[in-house]
Amino acid sequence: MRKSFRAGAVAMLAAAAMLTAGCSGTSGTDAGSANDPNQKVELTYWAWAPNLDKVVEVWNEKNPNIHVTVNKQDGGDPAVTKLLTAVKAGSGAPDLIQAEYQKIPTLVAADALADLSGTEANETKSHFPEGVWDSVTLGGDALYAVPQDTGPMVFYYRADIFEKLGLSVPTTWDEYAQAAKAVHAADPEAYLGTFSSNDAGWFTGMAQQAGASWWGVDGDAWSVNIDEDPTNKVAEYWGGLVEEGTIDNKPMYTPEWNTALNTGKQVGWLSAAWGPGVLSGNAGATAGLWKVAPMPQWDASKPSTGNWGGSSTAVTTQSKNAEAAAKFATWLNTDPEAVQALVKETGVYPADNAGAKSALTAAPEFFSHQPDFYEVVADAAQNVGSFTYGPNVNVAFNAYNDQFAKAAQAKQKSAFSDAVKSMQQVTVEDLKQTGFTVK
Amino acid sequence: MTTLAPSRTSNTKSARTPKGAVSAHDKPSYLSTGILILGALYCLFPVIWVVAAASKDGNELFSTFTLAPSTHLWDNIVALTEYRDGLFWRWMANTALYAGVGAIVSTWVSALSGYVLAKFDFPGKSGIFKVLLMGVLVPGVILAIPQYLMLAQAGLTNTYWSVLLPQIISPYGIYLARIYAAASVPGDVIEAARTEGAKEMYIFNRIAAPMMLPGLVTIFLFQFVAIWNNFMLPYIMLGDDHLFPITVGLNGLLNQGASAPALYTLVLAGALLSIIPLVIMFLLLQRYWRVDLAAGAVKA
Repeated sequence: MRKSFRAGAVAMLAAAAMLTAGCSGTSGTDAGSANDPNQKVELTYWAWAPNLDKVVEVWNEKNPNIHVTVNKQDGGDPAVTKLLTAVKAGSGAPDLIQAEYQKIPTLVAADALADLSGTEANETKSHFPEGVWDSVTLGGDALYAVPQDTGPMVFYYRADIFEKLGLSVPTTWDEYAQAAKAVHAADPEAYLGTFSSNDAGWFTGMAQQAGASWWGVDGDAWSVNIDEDPTNKVAEYWGGLVEEGTIDNKPMYTPEWNTALNTGKQVGWLSAAWGPGVLSGNAGATAGLWKVAPMPQWDASKPSTGNWGGSSTAVTTQSKNAEAAAKFATWLNTDPEAVQALVKETGVYPADNAGAKSALTAAPEFFSHQPDFYEVVADAAQNVGSFTYGPNVNVAFNAYNDQFAKAAQAKQKSAFSDAVKSMQQVTVEDLKQTGFTVK
Repeated sequence: MTTLAPSRTSNTKSARTPKGAVSAHDKPSYLSTGILILGALYCLFPVIWVVAAASKDGNELFSTFTLAPSTHLWDNIVALTEYRDGLFWRWMANTALYAGVGAIVSTWVSALSGYVLAKFDFPGKSGIFKVLLMGVLVPGVILAIPQYLMLAQAGLTNTYWSVLLPQIISPYGIYLARIYAAASVPGDVIEAARTEGAKEMYIFNRIAAPMMLPGLVTIFLFQFVAIWNNFMLPYIMLGDDHLFPITVGLNGLLNQGASAPALYTLVLAGALLSIIPLVIMFLLLQRYWRVDLAAGAVKA
């Protein structure tokens, strides 16, 4: 596995045909400036996690010589688009950027991220789960980012409504389907969940749970494995529920969805460890009514889950102080005090193993009635399967939005299967057109 | 529905009376008044919606009746002011700077260029004017990325300049200014001033520009609103949220990423506050705008 990953990274670099030169240049010039301890360094950091600037303040107080300024961004996609534009333009990029895991291959292919394997960030491997570390190294010797947070998927449900209907918490997807039927039968306007054609990351997490890994590396070629059993199984399952009408077909994160969360018409939410922040923000009045449970399983004897969201801290190739930036990124994501502040201020689920354990002792306020909240989440985090992202995740995700929006609208099981096929086709075509070898 | 009812009666009435008599004198037509009221409601509805929604707290927003106002407007404004130490007001100030300074400079540049194109003869004049007309047809959005690449080479991205500079040249403004200059500045006056020995810039600043004033107010308002509402250019140019105008800033509050709730209540309060300066501006300058549109219609 490891070896093929490395070969893949090499293949990608060869195709991009830029990275080695760019990186060695960066680290070479930096060594000099960072060695002078009295020199003041100014770093800019593009990030979108709310309140991250408060965590950075802690660093700035302790490190007067390396001052970090957070430039708040509008979320993962805009930040990456801007960074790619700045890299093309040759100037304007920040020193550090908050990069979602699925964006890293794209950014590496565009020569946007500095290799941190020569810095102290390389010593942090033992802090993180292996799957997470793979996604910042792409399985090779280079290191493109320091992991910050992850989003192991779990199932949130309205305990009060479950109790009223006499339902038990579904542990398998069959039980989930039955519970969905019961909820919808009791109140025709209520649904146990919705199939969201707007959130490709959500569907990716579900496919990951079923055992999918959408990209792969074989020798010096990429493979795209979307149209395969695990993803088809997931798509057909949801297509069936939507066709029956027992699951809603409207996207999440819309005002309509928020209303349904408030009024108890959305009885459950398949989401990730960071869910409490969204629930308390969008449906604060329902505090005390929700509970968390592990994801329903395909095979109850082999529990697994997917990952939705999560990001890392990367240093850009335009940074003139890569060493100082790496030092900050290391502190931010592995120092106990920093991780504690991350949890407290930004509400993320930290990637750092030890930090997560010590920082996440009490359940979040929205779930204060469920003291074992983080035990459930930590168990789930153990079962996240591995997943390889490719250099054109944006294309695959756009294809997801286009195709599944149509399928969800059509409410036909067959349309869901077709959507997976077109995702596969669009993604492969794009890889070929960009000049990658595709197997 | 209720507005439709009287319009029907007016129809039957006008059918009985001789044609022309109804519209010429008598009462105003119910039909056209009804249509205008419908149009006004259509335009005002979003404003009413914003006012009602901005007064709700996070829980009411998605659970109470859409147009039912609540009592939390002041709380929302306070929360918005507290968001990251008053960043919202900095966005307001930035927008005022971009729109105010940008519109003034842009108006002056447009006036000067339009005046020269209207009153001077020089080789390549018609060529320049044709390029300008083509520029009017190209939407500014398309130019944002090329402008980014150019300013990146000058190292000016992520600064106030990156948003101000590209908006100073407005082909449409120059085009309007040329029409106003041709219509409102008589060639004889310029000739007379030259005979008296006035320098060209003096003639423009002291004689031509005041004559073009009503037209310039139109250009100013036009540019002001365009810059105030511009989203794409600052969105691409700026990385530091302390430089954001209100449009980009509010958009950021809505897009916090999947793992954080969108700050709907803050955005609504912000949207309400951000239209107030525009409303004031229009109430103050409305007279010029109207006078000028009429003047231009006759003279040009």
